[in-house]
Amino acid sequence: MASIRLSVPKTAMKGEIIELKALIQHPMESGYRRGSRGEQIPRNIITRFECVYDDEVVFSADFHPAIAADPFLTFYTRAVRSGTLAFRWTDQHGEMWSDTASLTVT
Amino acid sequence: MPDHSAQPEKTFSRRALIRLGAGSVLIAATPLPAFATPDDVKAAQQELFGSRVIREGRVTLKLPAIAENGYSVPFSVDIDSPMTEEDHVRQIAIFSPRNPIANVARFQFGPRAGRAAVATRIRLGGTQAVQAVAEMNDGSLWSGSAQTVVTLAACVVL
Repeated sequence: MASIRLSVPKTAMKGEIIELKALIQHPMESGYRRGSRGEQIPRNIITRFECVYDDEVVFSADFHPAIAADPFLTFYTRAVRSGTLAFRWTDQHGEMWSDTASLTVT
Repeated sequence: MPDHSAQPEKTFSRRALIRLGAGSVLIAATPLPAFATPDDVKAAQQELFGSRVIREGRVTLKLPAIAENGYSVPFSVDIDSPMTEEDHVRQIAIFSPRNPIANVARFQFGPRAGRAAVATRIRLGGTQAVQAVAEMNDGSLWSGSAQTVVTLAACVVL
């Protein structure tokens, strides 16, 4: 349901620092907005993001309502070994979305 | 007997209205004072880091000088750290002194991150100085901030 877009280099040299970008489609409803009839729109946000590479969480984030809709993250990691990078988002109700990208290290 | 019915109309004459309008423009045009870090940012920091000393430096925060849309403001933070096993950033916490909640986000790193930097888009409820605090693996805390003028504030209706 939620669309995910990743930007991961296909190849990297061992020890190279690579830039990773991850975007997920999500309203990130802050809970402070009101609808057309003045009713408060309940909060609905992603609270957690994790990036797992080579069996280790290399980067993670905790989100509060101040993160804009369709949360977009740019971060870095050091290329150590060929393998997959897993990106995982969890919302406040525990629902999860994930996607993976493969990286070849030379 | 004099006619008093015309009296209320006179108190709200065109001249007075013009003066009122000019006055409000003046109020709107006066520059906003620099925001002192409010207590809830301090409270949020205390909750995360206790009463440890936060020193200034090593943290570079980037925000546009003018944020036209407070609902989505590009934001980046970069920490001056070699990111080795012996010396790396453990986490970065972002605080806002003028949003409904002082906490904005928290990012955790390890030595494998290679570079302690992250960029995202945040919501800002008004003109303010956003603050970032970085915790190193030795437990020391460093902070930095960036000021931005928000034209259209997010969460105007609270």
